[in-house]
Amino acid sequence: MIKKFIYLEWKAFTRSASFGANLAMKILIGFLMVYFSLIFIAMGVGAFYVLKKMNLEPLITVNKFLIYYFLSDLVVRLLMQAIPVLNIKPLLVLPFKKPTIVHFSLGKTAISFFNWTHALFFVPFSIVLIIEGYDVVGILFWLIAAFSIVYINNFLNIILNNIDKLFVIFLGIALALGAAQYYKLFDITTFTGPVFQGFYETKGLFLIPILVLIGLYAFTFKYFKNNLFLDAGLSKKEDIATTENLTWLNQFGTLGTFLKNDIKLIKRNKRSKTTIFMSILFLFYGLIFFGNKDQPEIMHIFAGIFVSGGFLFVFGQFVPSWDSSYYQLMMTQNIPYRGYITSKWWLIVIATFISTILASFYLFYGIEIYLTIVAGAIYNIGVNSHLVLLGGAFTKTPIDLSNASGAFGDKKAFNISSMLLTLPKLLLPLLLYWIGLHFGNKTLGLTLVGGAGVLGFVFRNTVFSIIEKRYKIEKYSTISAYKQKN
Amino acid sequence: MIQVNQLSKKYNETTVLNINNLEIPKGQSFGLVGNNGAGKTTFFSLLLDLIQPSTGYITSNNIQVNTNENWKSFTGSFLDESFLIGYLTPEEYFYFIGDLRHQNKADVDALLAQHEEFFNGEILKNKKYLRDLSKGNQKKVGIIATLIGNPEVIILDEPFANLDPTTVSRLKKIIKELAENPNVTVLVSSHDLQHTVEVCDRIVALNKGEVVKDIQTSKETLQELESFFSV
Repeated sequence: MIKKFIYLEWKAFTRSASFGANLAMKILIGFLMVYFSLIFIAMGVGAFYVLKKMNLEPLITVNKFLIYYFLSDLVVRLLMQAIPVLNIKPLLVLPFKKPTIVHFSLGKTAISFFNWTHALFFVPFSIVLIIEGYDVVGILFWLIAAFSIVYINNFLNIILNNIDKLFVIFLGIALALGAAQYYKLFDITTFTGPVFQGFYETKGLFLIPILVLIGLYAFTFKYFKNNLFLDAGLSKKEDIATTENLTWLNQFGTLGTFLKNDIKLIKRNKRSKTTIFMSILFLFYGLIFFGNKDQPEIMHIFAGIFVSGGFLFVFGQFVPSWDSSYYQLMMTQNIPYRGYITSKWWLIVIATFISTILASFYLFYGIEIYLTIVAGAIYNIGVNSHLVLLGGAFTKTPIDLSNASGAFGDKKAFNISSMLLTLPKLLLPLLLYWIGLHFGNKTLGLTLVGGAGVLGFVFRNTVFSIIEKRYKIEKYSTISAYKQKN
Repeated sequence: MIQVNQLSKKYNETTVLNINNLEIPKGQSFGLVGNNGAGKTTFFSLLLDLIQPSTGYITSNNIQVNTNENWKSFTGSFLDESFLIGYLTPEEYFYFIGDLRHQNKADVDALLAQHEEFFNGEILKNKKYLRDLSKGNQKKVGIIATLIGNPEVIILDEPFANLDPTTVSRLKKIIKELAENPNVTVLVSSHDLQHTVEVCDRIVALNKGEVVKDIQTSKETLQELESFFSV
């Protein structure tokens, strides 16, 4: 029985869209996977020695922060880890016993990417600990406990997945705890640190997370088994729809028609809603660079571009794929391409503008830093907005709007032409800024970057004509690419 | 109204459609029948410039569809659910199409009121997004949306599939009314010979991409077609 399931899974895996991509793509994905795996392993190995060098007891220090590690893991899972529900439907009427189906689909989540990546950190770290003379049995118990918690998170995600916006609560808890600790109001780690340390020191304590895990599995199993009906656990959640007319946008004519549609697109689909969340994350990107003496000054402009460009990069990059599911409709309607592109452009411009205003908290670092962000925003509006739209003509990845996962860059969206278009988005402002710094001062650098943006803005009609032409050339291949779902 | 010239479509040397010459005069209601893979949807996709012809071309109202986009302003079409915007409510969808066809809200409302019977109370004001409607109800929305803005050419691919019997007879009534208008050319494809014969003045049967029958509808047409398709 299980053999049949594994056969199906294998077929699903080898025939998935990302796997079926061309050879160059596979190699690229392979490289990226190896690269990130190596980084994780290096972190696992390196953590011990780095902490040691900082005169900290490595295991105690890691244990201290594990609570945050697991909390953020849960947030990421709630946001991105999808539970495999839809694939169950065709199995229901076939001669499989229900418990087998549930065991298998739960078991399948266990080998998910979200679980085994943790091994890349925990296993090398544990090995180093053993090599460095820590108690072998204690470390093994500690490792087992840590993995039990990883899997507890896995099943918590499955149970809690149906509750909307829960990740916000967990994110809130994590941030609140972090802030409380930072301002020395309340330190959660003084309570949780010893518990994690206890998994190593007190033999037998590791049984507790294991028991919790077993209990949770039993609960999840029962929950799923009782809900294995088309009108219960397997039903699609239907939203209560409200008609919004957004009539205030009518004054913008055709542009308003598209803007109305785009606003609804973003508001009503999971995938597009995550882009908003991502854009907010991008706002804080600058914190890494500003006020950090270790980063070269040239990197400031890099941050400047990213802070206001979050929406541009995560949403703009996928124009026109957002409309992929009804692209045929768009192509048969009396739609001027110009109007369509212009409305997307305005959307990006408005979002960049709002981000720039929200980013005013960087004034805390001084007016110069904020001017860097403003220069970046001008460059984003004048140059990058055109580049993402142009890149969109080559990005022919259909987007499944209801699916949230994949927001962190759809694998298939990597293609050579859109990669080439990414370079000027980041390298050109970097170069301009460098020239300014080299031959003058910061002000000259910022003026050059901002000037490029203004120039792009001035010539936007010419640029739009080029983009329009490109979209028309790509029309047929885009339509046929969007037809291939999954 | 529509003129097909030496049209063919090949995928890797397999010819899926090959029509030398076909003329559809203005005001005709034109039925396209054939088995799966006969080339019905391919023909409509070519007519809507969604795919490129391998040879030849189609003109609609003297506009060559694959070089000039002006046909879009007088053509309404519904091929499948990919013509619907899933995250909109039916009302929002109708107004969106209306906006694109330069119809104000009152025009659209008037059209919707006219087809209230066709909707059978399952479409409007139901607090559902299009993606959550049943297949049949989605189809109802798509079909009525093609009528917005009084197009001169209306293209419907398999309009009868997935509809309940009552809706089918109501749809036939709508198509017949459109057919009576001398300015409107209706193109309908279907597997169902009887429905097509009932609503169309002229029936063309396709088989493996070739026109195998081209008949003006008469009393004997249904029988003729049935004997043709029965092996």
